[in-house]
Formats: sequence, C-alpha cells, structure tokens
Amino acid sequence: MISANLSAIFYLVSGVLFILALRGLSSPETSRQGNLFGILGMIIAITVTFLSTGNFSAGFTYVIIFILVGGSIGAFIAYRIPMTAMPELVAGFHSLVGLAAVFVAISAFLNPEAFNLGTPGNIKLGSLIEMSIGAAVGAITFSGSVIAFLKLQGIMSGSPIMFKGQHPLNGIILISIVVLIYLLCSTQSSNLFWILLAVSFLIGFLLIIPIGGADMPVVISMLNSYSGWAAAGIGFTLENTALIITGALVGSSGAILSYIMCKGMNRSFFNVILGGFGSTEDSTNSSSKEQRPVKSGNADDAAFLMKNASSVIIVPGYGMAVAQAQHALREMVDTLKKNDIKVSYAIHPVAGRMPGHMNVLLAEANVPYDEVFELEEINNDFANADVAFVIGANDVTNPVAKTDPQSPIYGMPVLDVEKCKSVLFVKRSLSPGYAGIDNDLFYKENTLMLFADAKKMTEDITKNL
Amino acid sequence: MEIDPLIFRLSIFILSIFVGYYVVWSVTPSLHTPLMSVTNAISSVIIVGAIIAGLSGNSDSVFNTSSVFGFLAIALAAINIFGGFLVTQRMLAMYKKKKKDKEK
Repeated sequence: MISANLSAIFYLVSGVLFILALRGLSSPETSRQGNLFGILGMIIAITVTFLSTGNFSAGFTYVIIFILVGGSIGAFIAYRIPMTAMPELVAGFHSLVGLAAVFVAISAFLNPEAFNLGTPGNIKLGSLIEMSIGAAVGAITFSGSVIAFLKLQGIMSGSPIMFKGQHPLNGIILISIVVLIYLLCSTQSSNLFWILLAVSFLIGFLLIIPIGGADMPVVISMLNSYSGWAAAGIGFTLENTALIITGALVGSSGAILSYIMCKGMNRSFFNVILGGFGSTEDSTNSSSKEQRPVKSGNADDAAFLMKNASSVIIVPGYGMAVAQAQHALREMVDTLKKNDIKVSYAIHPVAGRMPGHMNVLLAEANVPYDEVFELEEINNDFANADVAFVIGANDVTNPVAKTDPQSPIYGMPVLDVEKCKSVLFVKRSLSPGYAGIDNDLFYKENTLMLFADAKKMTEDITKNL
Repeated sequence: MEIDPLIFRLSIFILSIFVGYYVVWSVTPSLHTPLMSVTNAISSVIIVGAIIAGLSGNSDSVFNTSSVFGFLAIALAAINIFGGFLVTQRMLAMYKKKKKDKEK
C-alpha cells in the first residue's frame, strides 16, 4: 500500500501524460507518440489505484476479469470497425463513458465509506453535490449519445423529431434537475437520487431527438464535452487529480470542436441545439423551383474534361462516406497524376458526420495528408483550377450562402467551387441537400452533373481515363 | 485559517481547462477525429473510481450492490480504454506523407 500523497503525485503524472497525448495531435508525425503517452498515463493511473487500495483479495481477481472482458470487447471493436463508421463508434463510446460515470456515482452513493465520503444518509455535502452533478451529466451523456448513435447508424431516422411544447418541456426538466440536486443535498434521500438519474436520462434523450443528421458533428462534439464534465464531476467526488485534469481537458476539447463546427455552418450553438433545422424548407422549395435545365453527362465526358485539365480539386462530402468511394477515388486520382495532372483535396469543416471525418477516410485510402487542405488554405485556388470534382458534398458548395441573405445558409463559409473552369458534380439526383435548399451550382453553364452512385461513377471515370 | 483542499482541486480544474483550451486549438483540423477518439479513451480514466468501488466488498462477500455497479463500470470503461486507444492508433497509422520519389 502506498501513501495518499505518493499516489496523488502519480495521478498528477498521468494527468500530465494525457496533456502530452493531446499535444501530440498538433501534427501527424508526433501524434503516434502522443497516443503512447496517453496509454502510459492510463497504465500509471490504474496501477496506482491498485497499489493505493492495497486490497489484493478476491475482489481483485474480479476487477482483473472485468478489465479483461471489457478490454477484449473494446479491442475487437477497434480492429473490426470500418473507418466510415467512426462517427457511430465515437457516439457509442461516449455513451459508455456517461454510463460508467453514472455507475460510479451510484456505487459511491450506496457505499460512501469505501470512498471516504461519510456514511449512507450522511454523505459530506460537498461530495454529494459533486456526485449528483457528475451522475446527472453522465446520465445526459449516456442517453444523448445513444440517440446520436441510433441516428448515425440509421436505426432511427436522421430527420428532426419535433413536437409542440418541446422547448418549454425541456426547460422545465432542466430546472427540475437543479431543484432535485438541491433537495437531494438537503435531505440525502436515496429516492431523490434515483429520480434525479431518471430525469437526467430523459432530458438527454429529449435534447437530441430534435437535432437532424447533418448537425451530428456539433452533437458528437457536444457529447464529447459532456463526457469530460461528467468525469470531472466524479473526479471532484473521488478527490482524484488525474480525473479532474482529464475531465477539464476533454470538456474543453469538446467545447472547442462544437464551436468550430458551429462556425463552419455559421450558426449559433443554441440554434443547433434547439434543432429542427432543414425540416421545414423542403415543401416550399421543391414546388417553386421546378425544372430548371441542367447539363448531365456520363463517365466518358467527365474523363475527357479531366484528361484535358492541368489541375483538379476534389471536394468530398458525406455522400462519399455513404458510397464507400474513397478507395475508388484514390485510384482515379492516381491515374490523373500519371497524366501529370495536379490534384488536391478541399475539405469543408462540416463535411461528413463528425469533425475530421473526411480526413480519416482519405487517410484510409492512402491519400497523403499533405495533399489535403482545409477551406481557408485552398479556397483561393479554385479560381485557378480547371476542374472541381464534387463527390457527395452539396450544401458546402452552394454559392447562395454568399449571395442570398434570405437563404437559411447565408453567411456560412462555402468552398468557391463555382470559380473553377468546369465543375463535375457526382450525385444521385437533383434533390436538395440537408439545408433543404436548391443548389444554384447545379444549373450553372460550366457544371456537368454526373447522376450515379459515387463509387461506381468514380470507377467508370478511371476506366475511361 | 486553513484553505479547504477543495479550493486546490478547483484551481487544478480551472487551470486544466485553460491548458486544454490552448492545446486543443493547436490540434490540426485533419486530426479532429483521432482527437475525439483519444479524448474518449482518456476520459475513461474514470475506471479508477470504478476499481475503488469494485474493491469495496469485504473478503466474505465480494459482491454487494455497490461493488456490482463498480464492476459494471470497470467493464464499460475498459471497453473505452482499449477500444479508444487502439482505434486511435489504427487511424494515426494511416496518416502518411507524400512519397518524395514520384514513381513507385
């Protein structure tokens, strides 16, 4: 058994290693080393916990068994999961962190002696406040992430679910959570603790159902943040520095990502959270803008255009992930490069269903990361490029965001695809994108629509090159 | 008068938020997905609380309501730790630079 001071120092060390793990992600070269720091930090934290309890009796065996069972499930998932399913995986993992926080809080509430927090019915006030906040946030993270997971997985429809009085109801529930925590702390009643958990599960569920599929990048980042705050809450209860530091890191990380995603859509955080975006516009638009002429082409035309280009910019979007077209795309680009055509990739911040989604898919297809550019880095290059190849993206290229103040996406940063000499648009149909508005780009003189499955079209173009 | 240890923990918490703020802004946007999976893995350090809970039973009865919740939390957190770090490792291994020699 090691002293409380010594273990506190080791927890601090593991907290610092976690900071280094995030620091490593500032560039792909240092990132792998960063991940190793993270693993080392985790090993230190777990080992120190064992040593500080000094309890190697029968319970210890079960702890190891549960770690091994959970660990093998985790490892199995990590190796089997396809890269296109990363958003679902991350949402699923968030739900587990939330549920684990809830379980630890329940355990501490039932048996506070084990954590030095007092006795049942007489838990130290500070600890009880921290515990109930941790449990409530954990429960919200859990149910919210489950809904996000179901929406991403397609088990639940991605369209927003709205009903009358939704926002007042959510408001009342949120206020009742605060009141419940207050009552719980003044009465120490275990019934109130269970009610608090039930209500928190409910609000997590209600908060996410009105948010539509393409707003998932914000939702996932937000839940990422919540899982951090839940961990920090539990960290305060357990007086554990490693948990407090980690919780704060993860909390601010998720908050920053949510901010970046909201900025990528030019919408406020509250606008996203209140939900319902893109559900109302459909009807008005499809009727008013009937049948404008578009030019559509086939793989042969597209191959001809690209063969005569000297530079091509690829704009991938969620549709590429759905069609699993990233490998076919890379092969097409390889063929283009053999013909001495310069190719680069332009990634919009909210392309895909989670931050950095497109970058991972391109990396999976062996696209070197120094050919992939963010919006600000590449937007000026469209004017000098010959061909823009838009594959599975829509709203993020819509010039209406720059021209029409009436449009719901006005002010959103978009890729200046229309400035290219010609635009190739791989899409299944002319249907509007997530925002429910028509894309003017479809009807431009220099746009050629390629109506097909993204993967099949890309393969056909490669054959024709 | 002595300072409540809670204030020290609060200081650590607030300063860590600032550290997190600056560190995360310096993360390159192309690594935002690995950032999420690694934060997922490290927030599962909550397993330390779960282990304490799991070991709370005495030698006669390893399982009581409190320790069972602890064991369940251990399994959940372990899924995240192994899954989170390994999937991050798998993703990061895919990020490669352009080969200098053009022919291959």
